[in-house]
Amino acid sequence: MALRNIIGKRIGNGIGLVGRRSLSTSTSDVENRNAKSMNLYSAINQALHLALETDPRAFVFGEDVSFGGVFRCTTGLADRFGKARVFNTPLCEQGIVGFGIGLAAMGNRAIAEIQFADYIYPAFDQIVNEAAKFRYRSGNQFNCGGLTIRAPYGAVGHGGHYHSQSPEAFFCHVPGIKVVIPRSPRQAKGLLLSCIRDPNPVVFFEPKWLYRLAVEEVPEHDYMLPLSKAEVIRQGSDITLVGWGAQLSIMEQACIEAEKDGISCELIDLKTLIPWDKETVEASVRKTGRVLISHEAPVTGGFGAEISASIVERCFLRLEAPVARVCGLDTPFPLVFEPFYMPSKNKVLDAIKATVNY
Amino acid sequence: MAIWCRVSSRTIANANHMRKRMNQGFAVDVNRASGFSSASNRGRPLFSDGNRRHLNSLPWNRATLVWFQRFKSTLAEKQQDPFLSSDSDEDHQSLEFPGGKVSYTSEMNFISESSQTRVPCYRVLDDDGELIPDSHFQQVSEEVAVKMYSKMVSLQIMDTIFYEAQRQGRISFYLTSAGEEAINIASAAALSEQDIILPQYREPGVLLWRGFTLQEFADQCFGNKADYGKGRQMPIHYGSKKHNFFTISSPIATQLPQAAGIAYSLKMDNKKACVVSYIGDGGTSEGDFHAGLNFAAVMEAPVIFFCRNNGWAISTNVSEQFRSDGIVVKGRAYGIRSIRVDGNDALAVYTAVSAAREMAVNEHRPILIEALTYRVGHHSTSDDSTKYRKLDEIVYWKNARNPVNRFRNWVQSNGWWSEQQETQLRNRVRKQLLEAIQVAEKAEKPPLAEMFRDVYDYPPSNLEEQEKYLRETISRHPIDYPADIPV
Repeated sequence: MALRNIIGKRIGNGIGLVGRRSLSTSTSDVENRNAKSMNLYSAINQALHLALETDPRAFVFGEDVSFGGVFRCTTGLADRFGKARVFNTPLCEQGIVGFGIGLAAMGNRAIAEIQFADYIYPAFDQIVNEAAKFRYRSGNQFNCGGLTIRAPYGAVGHGGHYHSQSPEAFFCHVPGIKVVIPRSPRQAKGLLLSCIRDPNPVVFFEPKWLYRLAVEEVPEHDYMLPLSKAEVIRQGSDITLVGWGAQLSIMEQACIEAEKDGISCELIDLKTLIPWDKETVEASVRKTGRVLISHEAPVTGGFGAEISASIVERCFLRLEAPVARVCGLDTPFPLVFEPFYMPSKNKVLDAIKATVNY
Repeated sequence: MAIWCRVSSRTIANANHMRKRMNQGFAVDVNRASGFSSASNRGRPLFSDGNRRHLNSLPWNRATLVWFQRFKSTLAEKQQDPFLSSDSDEDHQSLEFPGGKVSYTSEMNFISESSQTRVPCYRVLDDDGELIPDSHFQQVSEEVAVKMYSKMVSLQIMDTIFYEAQRQGRISFYLTSAGEEAINIASAAALSEQDIILPQYREPGVLLWRGFTLQEFADQCFGNKADYGKGRQMPIHYGSKKHNFFTISSPIATQLPQAAGIAYSLKMDNKKACVVSYIGDGGTSEGDFHAGLNFAAVMEAPVIFFCRNNGWAISTNVSEQFRSDGIVVKGRAYGIRSIRVDGNDALAVYTAVSAAREMAVNEHRPILIEALTYRVGHHSTSDDSTKYRKLDEIVYWKNARNPVNRFRNWVQSNGWWSEQQETQLRNRVRKQLLEAIQVAEKAEKPPLAEMFRDVYDYPPSNLEEQEKYLRETISRHPIDYPADIPV
């Protein structure tokens, strides 16, 4: 597997990662013809253009999407596809998702945007009690599979309590929806198209930190990446690391440094959190005997706990060390204390070493 | 087809008043309804002579006061303060803000929290089912009237018998629509089969009207193999795709923003159909009520929001639910045309829903209907309403204000119904119901596999694993599991 580089840098706040950051990307899953260098929000924008182009019954809506969106993900859509298909909604997340469920129930592709994942909670009832159960409760007479909810999530360096949250764990506890998180522009485009076309309601969290900072060669054609398939993005033999989204680039830095100390790390991008690919993770843990999970969301009750419990159930006798979790702390996401809160490269590296030396 | 009847003198007075107001420059932009409202109709001067002439030449038909008005859009910027007359030279006294022009005043006045009088309630039949003289209503044919009445009776009997079945322990739960038969049947009768229903949970009469059989009702209540919901939900959570009736869910008001989305889809597909979404008085306190109405208004979606104001949300009386004059006044807050109707008057409900449907479908706008009524039954089989309200009150509404009796009187006075037919109908329905219950009770339950299907379009690996493991557990401990579910 050839390496592809994503160049980006995180500035300030003492995170201390300035300069080139690399992230391995497997190229085996999508052809590289006509690839163009672009960032995450452009890749998402391309996916949305393709979604609306290929399905005349696809709609994009949410707060401020018409002029292009606060993160520019919806640039050009209203001009190209018209105000009847790309439109602003009133400022009301429960309305956005409820409206989207209705649209989807009529066989349309309803692509709803929630401006920040931090604001998704008013829509929680509609997502959990309605969208997730729509097909099941009706005996499959009705479904809202055409619904995709997109929301920017995660740390951004200065976001504080309400512009930095990673709420994925709340949604991973809901049978009937899918939760998908891309790690890079190329992944985002293919995964978002899959989510939009998947016949189940999906929540798609986009790592906002990477909107501008992650730049990658992204093929210009219409391609889809499979859901519920984890990807081994770095091969290794001593320890398995599992993560998703922006955290993967931090974890990869830790893997590279660990290599200098002779520790061979295998890094897995989960991509779909529910339903998640246990088989790929289990196969890797059987190989390495050690596992470390890392996510920005607070450690207690985070999705890492589910992965840990499942792996222990399946691989207990193979494990050489306890399952490690390097996560956010159990506090609201702080502003000036962000560097202390975050699961940094060195925290991950320390945990790798501790696990290997257990 | 509708045959317009005599108009009350009050309506004529209203028409003259409206005409005067129109000539004063009441803010309308009168055009034929056409497709979607667009932003292209800006900047048309409202008080030019051209417009005035146009307004005067409107076909003002006293019987069809509302019907010939076609409003392109009610965007606030197009509306000018009705008190601003072009005869005065006071145009410079208006202010421009992002929401449009407003006049200003240097006198500080708070708008009162309520009007002097409550919004009047539209009714056509008096309490004895006699037509009120000079009423304005939409005539129904004998066939339709008899069908409406029969279905109201069927609903009454269905409710009584299913309620009893729950008391006998044969089904786990039930809730009745007692007292709301006119709302259920008359609203359904005014719609087309293509109109999509998003119920709350006290509207099974709409399904009954559309042809859902007593057997189908019984099957859902018993959760057997024939239940379209595959035994997954509590009784009364009906759903039927072929009847355009979306599956009921227990959370209150969640259907309202969904209704806006469904209606928007109908509009995009150029369907001559609307959505009708039902809600109770209690449900209007939910955030989804606000979300649903606001979205429907902004998206110009053809949805009728039908509020059954029956006075009670379980034990919470309306006096503890809101401080407004009921629900009808809330429509204006969203820019939604609204009406208050006597929910126990089948003809009034029928007329109001017919009119609302016309407007929703042809003008692509939401309509709010508040139907005043009374919840004669307990909230559900888990409730005993004598604990929080007087038995006298319940009995009064059940007898003196009964919508079924009232409509029967009207139907009978037209010579379309007799005592004999009444007895025959009641006996027939009762018999059919008891049979349906017997069949439903004996029928097989859905197989265990149905627990794992339809969570997603295809079961993911974790569900396949769990099903496998569960089956192993069942074979080890069969006595833990109900014998009537095929494994």
